[in-house]
Amino acid sequence: MNSVISQTQGEVPGIEALEVCVDYNGTVALYDASLSLKSGSICGLVGMNGAGKSTFFKALMGFVRPSRGAIRINGLPVSQAQRDQAVAYVPQNEEVDFSFPVSVWDVVMMGRYGSMNFLRVSRESDRQAVKHALERVELLELRNRPIGSLSGGQRKRAFLARAIAQRASVLLLDEPFSGVDVRTEKLMAELFLQFQKEGRTILISTHDLSHVRDFCDLVVLINKTVLAYGETSEIFTQENLTMTFGGMPPDVLSGPTTSAELID
Amino acid sequence: MSYSLASITPISLLAEPLTHEFMRRALMVSALVGGVCGLLSCYMTLKGWALMGDAVSHAVMPGVVVAYALGLPFSIGAFIFGVGSVALIGFVKQKSRIKEDTVIGLVFTGFFAFGLVLVSKIKSNIDLMHILFGSPLGISSNDIQQTVIISFVVVLILLLFRRDLMLYCFDATHARSIGINTGMLHYLLLSVLSLAAVAGLQTVGIILVVAMLITPGATAYLLTDRFDRMTFLAIISSAISSVLGVYISYWSDIETGGSIVLVQTAIFLLAFLFAPRYGILKSKGYTH
Repeated sequence: MNSVISQTQGEVPGIEALEVCVDYNGTVALYDASLSLKSGSICGLVGMNGAGKSTFFKALMGFVRPSRGAIRINGLPVSQAQRDQAVAYVPQNEEVDFSFPVSVWDVVMMGRYGSMNFLRVSRESDRQAVKHALERVELLELRNRPIGSLSGGQRKRAFLARAIAQRASVLLLDEPFSGVDVRTEKLMAELFLQFQKEGRTILISTHDLSHVRDFCDLVVLINKTVLAYGETSEIFTQENLTMTFGGMPPDVLSGPTTSAELID
Repeated sequence: MSYSLASITPISLLAEPLTHEFMRRALMVSALVGGVCGLLSCYMTLKGWALMGDAVSHAVMPGVVVAYALGLPFSIGAFIFGVGSVALIGFVKQKSRIKEDTVIGLVFTGFFAFGLVLVSKIKSNIDLMHILFGSPLGISSNDIQQTVIISFVVVLILLLFRRDLMLYCFDATHARSIGINTGMLHYLLLSVLSLAAVAGLQTVGIILVVAMLITPGATAYLLTDRFDRMTFLAIISSAISSVLGVYISYWSDIETGGSIVLVQTAIFLLAFLFAPRYGILKSKGYTH
């Protein structure tokens, strides 16, 4: 089932999972999940609610320990990757308390905390990294604004800037397209391509299939395990999607050509 | 107070109480405890731990009584029972189907009742009224010494972990993902809460100490969008409330703890009405 993606010889995959099983007090959330995503890929993680997307994210961030199997980030164990500040998580807007008294600058600076000393005193290099990250997401002018005063798209960009400032090589994004404006969506598309060139691995958890088709060169379909993964064009078949979504007709999700086929 | 009206001037209102040793002590301790609790209140309000603050401050009661009875510093007893109550809350919540707020209410009232029973049973010179309502005007030098040490420890911890705790309150997921030990921060904050509750107990007593741990933070939260400014404003408003409360208590012969908390509440009401951006009579706001 798994179509193995082509990998240049000797290149270390950004994300690698080997028969990963995760269970919470006996309830299986993920079993035998295996995949290997090369560095510099933009990958969509697609599955229903409860299919194990957030469990997989948690495993990648080291929040849950697999009961079996292994995860490697850039060829290293998760704990090592965490120490290297290698993994950044960009939360859904709904998860964040936007009435918290912090400025945009403060939020992006939080990306640097892991590299700072014990007291988290910022150095010139940290401030440069934050400034640069804010420039890349076009928020530098708004740096002194409270985070809560930003629009949905701007908020999303602020958290992307935090991941950039962190210099993370693996970015985990949770539903990044929900509630963002056209400008932000365009900017995110450009940023993802730049990240790809920089060799970062981007994993986007979503059930918005049209965005996966537009943005992602790889896709992972999951339902308690990795059902299939590989090039988006190969994996995004009617059959695979039906399997992923448990037999529900994915017509709304796959665009006009396939809809026409369905009518046939 | 038998002063003729003519002799009362604003200066004498402030200066006359200072001629008494007990008032100088009360003002100093209240300002210190007010400032310390004010600083902590920022974390409590931002983390959404108001109920937890109430629970821990009540749950330290038996600890204080036991420590008194054994001749130990009451901070140690309070610390054990404060953290113990939270551990118990976590345990009951995890092992049963009862909702968290119910568990919190259940555990802290149980601890508090245990404390009350202990006071009545253990023969000692513990004055229940002092524990329940505070007595800054009658504070002993031994208690002052302990309060100063507790305050120092609390402030030191909050200063050292200022950024980490802020990040923990704002985005614990990110904190964890970059390798910060959020479990340790959680218990650190709880420990500091237990200690601050003991300090607050000196001035306003166990029943009202939760006000010291949330009101200044809530007031400051309405006044600014910056964390550092919020902590500054909370410390200032809390310390001023404490000093003003003690003065008002002295001049009008009212209960000191209640007086301090009422001043805090009054300051909160002013912020609630007139805060520039978040008051209900606000004059300006943000647009996207």
